[in-house]
Amino acid sequence: MNLSDVVAVLLFVGVVAYAVFGGADFGSGVWDLLAGGDEAGGALRAQIDRSIGPVWEANHVWLIYILVFTWTAFPTAFSALMSTLFVPWLLAGFGIVLRGATFAFRKFSATLGEARLYGVLFASSSLITPFFLGMIAGAVASGRVPAEGYGNRWTSWTGPTSWLGGTLAVLTCTFLAGTFLAADFARAGHDDMAATMGRRALVAGAVTGAVALAAVLVLEFDAESLASGLHSRGAALIAISAVAGLFSLWRLRAGRWARARVGAVVAVAAIVIGWGVGQYPDLLVDELTIADAAGARSTMVGLIIVFGLAAVTAVPALLWLYVLVNRPDWAPVDDST
Amino acid sequence: MFGLLALDELMAARYQMALSLGFHIVLSCFGVAFPTMIFVVHRRGIRGVEVALTLARKWSKVAAVLFAVGAVSGTILSFEMGLLWPGMMETFGDVIGLPFALEGIAFFVEAVFIGIYLYGWDRLPPKVHLRTLIPIMVSGLFGTFCILAVNSWMNAPSGFSLTTDASGTLRATDVDPLAAILNRALWPQFVHMFVATYLVTGFIAAAVYATGVLRGRRDPAHRLGFTVPFAFATVAALMQPAIGHVAGMRLATDQPSKLAAMELAVETETNSPLIIGGVLVDGEVRGGIEIPGIGSLLARGSTDRAVPGLDEFPAADQPPANVVHWAFQAMVGSGFAMIGIALWFWWKRRRSDPFESRWLMRAAVGAGGLSLVALQAGWVTTEVGRQPWIVYRVMRVEDAVTKNSGIWISLAAIVVIYAAMGAAAVKVLGSMARRWRESDDVDLPTPYGPPAPTPPEQAASAPNPTSPNPTSPNPTNTVRS
Repeated sequence: MNLSDVVAVLLFVGVVAYAVFGGADFGSGVWDLLAGGDEAGGALRAQIDRSIGPVWEANHVWLIYILVFTWTAFPTAFSALMSTLFVPWLLAGFGIVLRGATFAFRKFSATLGEARLYGVLFASSSLITPFFLGMIAGAVASGRVPAEGYGNRWTSWTGPTSWLGGTLAVLTCTFLAGTFLAADFARAGHDDMAATMGRRALVAGAVTGAVALAAVLVLEFDAESLASGLHSRGAALIAISAVAGLFSLWRLRAGRWARARVGAVVAVAAIVIGWGVGQYPDLLVDELTIADAAGARSTMVGLIIVFGLAAVTAVPALLWLYVLVNRPDWAPVDDST
Repeated sequence: MFGLLALDELMAARYQMALSLGFHIVLSCFGVAFPTMIFVVHRRGIRGVEVALTLARKWSKVAAVLFAVGAVSGTILSFEMGLLWPGMMETFGDVIGLPFALEGIAFFVEAVFIGIYLYGWDRLPPKVHLRTLIPIMVSGLFGTFCILAVNSWMNAPSGFSLTTDASGTLRATDVDPLAAILNRALWPQFVHMFVATYLVTGFIAAAVYATGVLRGRRDPAHRLGFTVPFAFATVAALMQPAIGHVAGMRLATDQPSKLAAMELAVETETNSPLIIGGVLVDGEVRGGIEIPGIGSLLARGSTDRAVPGLDEFPAADQPPANVVHWAFQAMVGSGFAMIGIALWFWWKRRRSDPFESRWLMRAAVGAGGLSLVALQAGWVTTEVGRQPWIVYRVMRVEDAVTKNSGIWISLAAIVVIYAAMGAAAVKVLGSMARRWRESDDVDLPTPYGPPAPTPPEQAASAPNPTSPNPTSPNPTNTVRS
């Protein structure tokens, strides 16, 4: 493993973290969209707000981390990604802006009408952003991003693998968030809401699994390099993902929300790692290897040092945040207090 | 109409970047400086001043809105670095990417502790809760340093050599990321901007309370809400001329074309005049007041030293002098006006109640607007003043801009989204202030659904999913935090 591989692994740590934490965050927005009318959906929307309110900004920083690591470590690849996939990046970016802003605006809305407007914008942009990010992943995975950049502005991200990537991204986010929200409801003492959420998460998980199976077929003919990598190096990870996903569904059936959540996280993380391992040593599949895309050696060393600094500053802070929000006494402060 | 259609892609990209940055910079000022002001007020609150504690609670809710918009508008910028300027990122991503990566750490720490602070009310022990502001303050300082390291590098590039590879592409070699960070423009630019965050946040926050005072609200909360930010802003305003002067002094050697435009200097000359106002038309300065020698004295420290003139640069290498000159003067002018208003307040305060003086309060509202003028004009000066270069004397903007067409479509989308987002933010903050005026309750319940019609005694027997507290008046669909 040379220096550029080490940095690529560090970059990919961000991709996995964003898929899991950002994914659960986006998925909560999808559940917000599906929550139903004001009367029926109020309790779920309130829980979504409590669940992601303290953590969404931190979850979101992983995307910045990915972008910054990419342009610093692999500048030509970054430039190629941005120039070719101009449209989906822009749409994902608009989704991010609308989502974060309207989430905060809804929290401080004065009237139900305002809350409804901001809620719809928040929830629909929670769908848009992961979808386009998934399409971008599909474009890379199917070798449609040329190393020199400026690939076809439309067809490079609208192939079968991109549609699949977008769909799978939205579904995995939804599944993840379902298990997170069921566990959050249970911790707050609302077992009936947890059970409802758990049933929905079970459906989402089953659909996600089915689409993931179909994905195998699509990759065979549309992303051959990745598929061959998955047959060999990535096979174990795909197996882990399948087992963890099934474990999660099994635990959802039994009402063991916290364990179902662990299973879902492992399933998503394993499939994302499988993608990375499957396309190694390519950064842009069939176009550019990690080693060829690598920037200056001194900068690579610098990035490893930055990662080390993050590990002793940002990571403990993140852990403290996650510990706090999972403590029972961080349940909402209600009206009487 | 035809003008818009004819808008060339480079201008569209520059306008989009300018709009995105101009929007974000205001919010990032709050992100950097507001936590310190909240800290001061909050600390006074936990030492027993009830008014201060209530004010800190309200400010933390305002911060929640501002920081959210700041976080997402900052994310868009990292997209735009690649979407709009892939030429620069491709060649120099590994030269100047490291401070962005360091800024990522700052952003993580900031986001985490903002989450903890905002949700920590009534959940963390008061002293621990107060101290969670400190990492936010430190990461704001460090984040400012990182971002200004990048921007100052664009003005004074260092830490690499340039070669052209076999395919004729420009490549940066011998990359020394530390030397790139510690470029010659770093310290003055960083300090100037860091102090500006306190100036802008302080004067805007004070302007909000001055507006309340003008509407007859002279209660202790308004006095405190005005005085703390105004004190920070005053110190910042007094420091800025000196810091700005140091920043300007390096221009004669490091960025002469920017200095020439700022000073509207047509020819290189010693004893160069300071030109107040004035417009450059066909290579001649029209109008304006010329004060002989002062230009040299201010920019070079002596009337014997020459201020570089625009004539030293081919037309293709000159920035648009009028824009830079007027932006610079707007910044300096509003800076001194703010100092005047600040001193007026503190002088008045020694003799009588400054909140009784309507003219003073009107001026304080004006200072909020002037702080925005100074902030934006300052950035126009440094960014437009660097033109036509994106990396000074190394890469031109037209070589960095994307070759994708139709940028004006994304520009139009950004204009619409940011206008709507800005208006919504103002409306939401306004409605928060109105609800606080109407009720003593600091909490603002979120209306997730219609208020439940159930009377409290019935709610006690009915299982209720959202509220474990059955005596709450409005149990079903509101949440407080």
